[in-house]
Amino acid sequence: MSSQRSRLNLVIVQTLIISLMFALLGRLFYLQVANTTAYKDAALSIQSRDIITPALRGAITDSSGLPLAMDRPGLAITVDRSVIDKQPDKGVAVLTRVSNLLKLPYADLWQGTRLCGELAIGKRSGCWNGTRFQAIPITKQATQPQALVILENSDIYAGVNAETVPVRSYPSLAGELPVHVLGYVGGVSEADLTDPTKGFYRNESVGKSGLEYMYDDYLRGTPGIKTVIVDRKESVTQTSQNTQPIPGDNLVTNINASLQAATEKALNRAVLNSRSMGYHADSGAAIVLNVKSGAVLSMASWPTYDPNMFQKGLTVKQAKDLFSEATGVPALSRAIQGTYAPASTFKALSVVAASKAKYSLNASYKCPSTVKIGNRVFKNFEAKNEGTINMEQAIAVSCDTIWYQIAYDEWVRDGGLSPKSNLKDYFFLNAKNFGVGKKTGIDLPGESTGRLPDRNWKENYWKANKNFFCNYQARAAKKDLTPYLIAIAHENCIDGYMLRAGDAVNFSIGQGDTLVSPLQLVTMYAAIANGGTLYKPQVARAVVTPQGKVVKEFKPEITGKIPATSSDLAFLHRALRAVATRGTGAGLFANFPVQVSGKTGTGQVLGRNTNGSAKDDTSWFVSYAPSNKPQYAVVMMVSQGGFGAAASGGGVKDIYSALFGVKGNTVDPKAAIFPLSGPSSAIPKIDTKSAVAAKGVTK
Amino acid sequence: MSSLNNSFRTRSRTDSIRRNLSGFDKWLTLAVLLLLIMGTLLVWAATRTWFSSQGLDPQYYLKRHVLNIFIGVLLSYGTTLIDYRLLRAYTPIVWGLGVLGLIAVLIPGVGSTVNGARAWISFPGGFQVQPAELSKIAIIVGIAMLLAEKRDIDANPTDKDVLKALALSAIPILLILVQPDLGTVVIISAAIVAIIAVSGAPTRWIVGLLLLAVLGGFVAVKAGVVSDYQVKRLTAFVDPSADPQQSGYQIRQSRITIGSGGFLGKGLFNGPQTNGRFVPEQQTDFIFTVAGEELGFLGAGFILVLFAVIFLRAFMIARRTTDLFGRLVCVGVIAWFAFQTFENVGMCMGLVPMTGVPLPFVSYGGSSMFANLVGFGLLQNVHVRSR
Repeated sequence: MSSQRSRLNLVIVQTLIISLMFALLGRLFYLQVANTTAYKDAALSIQSRDIITPALRGAITDSSGLPLAMDRPGLAITVDRSVIDKQPDKGVAVLTRVSNLLKLPYADLWQGTRLCGELAIGKRSGCWNGTRFQAIPITKQATQPQALVILENSDIYAGVNAETVPVRSYPSLAGELPVHVLGYVGGVSEADLTDPTKGFYRNESVGKSGLEYMYDDYLRGTPGIKTVIVDRKESVTQTSQNTQPIPGDNLVTNINASLQAATEKALNRAVLNSRSMGYHADSGAAIVLNVKSGAVLSMASWPTYDPNMFQKGLTVKQAKDLFSEATGVPALSRAIQGTYAPASTFKALSVVAASKAKYSLNASYKCPSTVKIGNRVFKNFEAKNEGTINMEQAIAVSCDTIWYQIAYDEWVRDGGLSPKSNLKDYFFLNAKNFGVGKKTGIDLPGESTGRLPDRNWKENYWKANKNFFCNYQARAAKKDLTPYLIAIAHENCIDGYMLRAGDAVNFSIGQGDTLVSPLQLVTMYAAIANGGTLYKPQVARAVVTPQGKVVKEFKPEITGKIPATSSDLAFLHRALRAVATRGTGAGLFANFPVQVSGKTGTGQVLGRNTNGSAKDDTSWFVSYAPSNKPQYAVVMMVSQGGFGAAASGGGVKDIYSALFGVKGNTVDPKAAIFPLSGPSSAIPKIDTKSAVAAKGVTK
Repeated sequence: MSSLNNSFRTRSRTDSIRRNLSGFDKWLTLAVLLLLIMGTLLVWAATRTWFSSQGLDPQYYLKRHVLNIFIGVLLSYGTTLIDYRLLRAYTPIVWGLGVLGLIAVLIPGVGSTVNGARAWISFPGGFQVQPAELSKIAIIVGIAMLLAEKRDIDANPTDKDVLKALALSAIPILLILVQPDLGTVVIISAAIVAIIAVSGAPTRWIVGLLLLAVLGGFVAVKAGVVSDYQVKRLTAFVDPSADPQQSGYQIRQSRITIGSGGFLGKGLFNGPQTNGRFVPEQQTDFIFTVAGEELGFLGAGFILVLFAVIFLRAFMIARRTTDLFGRLVCVGVIAWFAFQTFENVGMCMGLVPMTGVPLPFVSYGGSSMFANLVGFGLLQNVHVRSR
């Protein structure tokens, strides 16, 4: 009996213990067979560390192969954490010596040599993005004597080294500094790192704006990756892979360095001239396009900034200044991101619209000093009465009242305040087909769309702002509570969605809510010049490997046709030439040895400056030349620059002088930037080193 | 008792050795031998790269491990020479020595703390002894003796016998609990319950003890009797990310190391996790992770099979013997080995909470190795004398 119980319990204990063994075997199978892949990956990430050696970044050159931006060797002082960590004071003494030698704050050095993972979240600014196994650069701008001190006293600078590293530099060989076109490079952001489609590595430099951003994939190259296997104490036990970095490709642009320098200089002069005449002249832009291809030959924006500061390490103040209103937001490229009322330059478009609406371009029209539309009086520019003039003359002297009448008549024909179902909307439709309110598609990031204030826009705008207009007195700022503005708000509240006569009239002369960027405007004029073809403005010309092989070529791209007939175009060519010979541009271009066609624009701007003064007019001059066989389109815009013919007209003239080699009243073809046949379409050989050496620049 | 002693003395020594060895269970011997060999290689694999990278003798642990095995084998053989029935005479001495040792470890200056438990007595020359290992044997033999005394196999132990057995084991268990070494307490308790169950004692005792174990564990955690580091180990088991640097780190690394071995393993001496020393205490408590990474499912699984062979052969010995005392000793030793194996391997694979117990016959460690081999000697002793 008892023996039975003993034996039975023995079997129970045995069964229990054998099942424990089965449980272990099952778990072992789960870990080692069923789930082994996951654990193998986990083990690999525990044991391996990737050391990234960024590739030499490709150069950005002008159309002749001159480097605009390139990597040049800089002298870096580096700190090796694996050495200083083993010092009794964890490197405090050595870092203090380095801090004294380089005259850099010790706190910055300490922070800069910490791995980001070592620091608490929120206290990581300036931390090292790489691994412990790389020499951490403290500066890339050390001097030879500083480097020598470190190299010759390796006993007291243990773990500190001096080595050459690539630094993005801007040789400015022709005096150009197209910062807004080139953009800049910087460290990889956390957001980019977590984006698997980008494939960035820590401590790589990537393009942040401009061409550097747009063509980053070509320029960046492939970083070298050395994978080391480490043990628990992070000592390297072996190297599992070691690939060398592959240098990035070079980007050849359509920019011509000399023309770019001349454009920047002309713009700067125009801004300063305008200021000397008493205008605010807060910013400006200038662009030269090849009308036959859309190639961007030069592009400048003012104010500008020093691109080298990104390499020296941006201070907080510098970073703020880039985007500060007080400094004029230098980071913004006015050429492609700034939008302004095109004013009278828009009349070239209105001519085509009028022609579509069956107004004869050869007929004569009244150009009175004022036109009364409803109960509002619209004045001619400077309230001049030009009498009855033909259309060509009306463009030349920039008559406004002709357009008020035509636009008003067309608005009435379309039903006025009770629009018909079959709207013609000649002016709006025509502008749309010219590309107003649509990006040009330039290969630079951040282009503005501008604004086409048609019926659609009016309605959407009203829907979005209706609440504000209808509660204006409660919501508007105190200084905006004038009886006039309150009345306008009341009007807007009730029928703000309506296209009113005033809107139609303002639109015909490029005022009101109409906005275009300098690039959009010059693209349209280039199309007028070349016979009607809209090209996509293109900065990049080709991608070339360091060995000289062309990887990619950017051919001219047609984006559309402007809605002008050949007779419209013929009229425009005559009229725009008349502007320069006997119209608003005659003072500048009548005796100019190159035949220039163009249009002035003086755009009124509502609102006030921060100091309370009224905003000055936007100064425009948009043009093409030579008039008989157009090759180049040139635009200049000076915000708050005053008359179009003054600031911008003068600037454009400066650009043409450099472009064609104008000396006094004659043209010196040898001094011209391009040959008579126009810019070459050949892809140049690139040799940045000798290009820099030839100019004797050792920046 | 004296007549038995006399009969032993009259035999020649060589005769007794031959009789002994030929009477051994060959499968049991073979399994233990294979575990000892594998353990030696694994201890070497766990320490050689690390030691040489620190500029130390890469064979340091190998040499000491082989020495431990040699001493252990001698002890084991010694255990088989004396009839296990005579061991009863020594039990009080072993028990007393064990208790004295357990008290000694608690005296500051005598006992040393390893991994949060005061379980060791340090001797000059770097030797350390773990009295708890000695106590395992004392308790198993002791209560087997009490429950099998004065009866043949057909008589049942009384409640009084059971109480006596529990009282006998209570003192060393309490002392081990104070260290605290929960893992060893669980192993000893399992052995006690198994012995009582097989002794034929009333079933209420078994049920009662199991309930007590559950209740005791619950109260211990709630009342804070269980030390802080043990609670950490427990919470780390439930949620390995709770304390990633400490307990959770070990559990995670250990599991990854085993899992990354795959079916065939990385090959002996070729485990990057092992060579990088990512798992702490790898030559002792985490030796199974070396097997997992370097020998794979095939090798690690083989170790489990070897243990299964040991248990099955030992159960066979327990069944065959007509002597209740011998059977209870066998059951005690099996339960000890089995629960220690389960705790250790289960911990390495994240199956049970972390407890610092070595893997029998495989882990590095003198006291444990000696105790295991003495336990093996006891099994063979019962086998030899039950034929």
